[in-house]
Amino acid sequence: MTTIPHLVLNTRMTTFSDSAATALNLITSLDAGLLTIVGRSLSVSASASAIACALGLVLGAWLGVARFAGRGVALTVLNTFLAVPSVVVGLVIYLLLSRTGPLGYLGWLFSFKAMVLAQAVLVLPVVTALTRQAVEDAQSLHGEQLQSLGAPPLLRSLLLAWDERYALLTVMIASFGRAVSEVGAVMIVGGNIDGFTRVMTTAIALETSKGDLPLALGLGLILLSVVLALNALIALLRRWRETREAGAPSAALVGVSV
Amino acid sequence: MGEVTLPLFAVEEMSVQFGTPQRGVRALHGVDLRIHAGERVALVGANGCGKSTLLRVLHGLVTPTQGQVSRPVAGAQAMLFQKPYLMRMSVLANVALGLWLRGTPWQQAKAQAMAALGRVGLADLAGRNARALSGGQQQRVAMARAWALNPQVLLLDEPTASLDPHAKREVEALMHEFAVQRSGMTLIFASHNLGQVKRLASRAIYLEHGQVLADLPVDDFFSGPLLQQRYPAAHFFVKGETL
Repeated sequence: MTTIPHLVLNTRMTTFSDSAATALNLITSLDAGLLTIVGRSLSVSASASAIACALGLVLGAWLGVARFAGRGVALTVLNTFLAVPSVVVGLVIYLLLSRTGPLGYLGWLFSFKAMVLAQAVLVLPVVTALTRQAVEDAQSLHGEQLQSLGAPPLLRSLLLAWDERYALLTVMIASFGRAVSEVGAVMIVGGNIDGFTRVMTTAIALETSKGDLPLALGLGLILLSVVLALNALIALLRRWRETREAGAPSAALVGVSV
Repeated sequence: MGEVTLPLFAVEEMSVQFGTPQRGVRALHGVDLRIHAGERVALVGANGCGKSTLLRVLHGLVTPTQGQVSRPVAGAQAMLFQKPYLMRMSVLANVALGLWLRGTPWQQAKAQAMAALGRVGLADLAGRNARALSGGQQQRVAMARAWALNPQVLLLDEPTASLDPHAKREVEALMHEFAVQRSGMTLIFASHNLGQVKRLASRAIYLEHGQVLADLPVDDFFSGPLLQQRYPAAHFFVKGETL
């Protein structure tokens, strides 16, 4: 049997354009199922990022200033964790939370909390490593002056982190972006249960395998929009910082040009 | 018999080595010094001769590899750097921070900081972002921060090196005010500017390759035959710098 190439292409284009149209319709009609998944996804990632940032900012700042035996090993381990695949994190958390695991008594497996924990563990090294780098750079440039004023190491690390707050805001936003876009860990520990632990990325994977491309594409578009919004936020923060440091009037912050 | 006063700083056979002996840098070697209260000491010498390291040792920021150093307690000293570090906050908060780090409650620190800013003529900029100030203004803010700490010893590492002539004059005037108005205050500064050394110092120490080669009252350092006879390297440096 022979196939006619342009007909195959047309069929594919139709499938894609139909899916895109249905996806836009789902988004604009504020489909309840879609919104529930989006809301859950954002709240899981926001909670995980908040936990990771609370720990990672302090730990990273301290690592940026503290000098102790074995620091080099600690930094190597930290940098290695940056590259750990999310499915491996998911697997480890699964083993910890499974009924026979050390944290099995919590009963968190296949729950919102398990997904938050998995994403927090995944994002923590990112926040810690980037904070450590920012604070260590600041320490090498200015740490001695704070030391001469009498700031002990821990306080110095916190002051330097505060002074690098605009760079660290970018780190926080990037950590949320990493959390919201990962799929492996939440799939394993959340189980992708409809109406309970289904989030955007796991829903996209499932709906694609089922052939429900419009929903998958709709979720994909929303995920892209979230990442786009985060990038825009980072760019705005950078601009806001530059404007503040130049001592310009605040009108410039909202893009008012004369 | 004259009264014997204990030196404020006593440095004995002090050396500083950065890195390993084979591949590192010997920043200071066999330094012996006594500095008494009220002295105005200038450290002079070419780039890399060890002036900045010596200041850091005296301030306790660098630990000597060998030898002994006795110094006043950390709270009695303040240090100014070539490029002052002011945090991303208001000028007032930057000055108050120094006091707060030494135990003064924040509100009280702010009041004292405001008075110190008045002394350096920057009270009207108290609310401005410190990072938005010019280099000269930032150095004056750092001077105010040091002034507010009411130090017994002020150490300065080439505080006017990166400033324009106008800002240089302003900062030098403040250094003079520090030295003169705070009676008994000890001033130790590193400088390439020999005119500044003449105007501000009572004693000049010349360093070369991490060693103290000359240590003389400032008048002898610049005009006496003593320097030429006893310290030809220092004499050559002074002559070269003033040509």
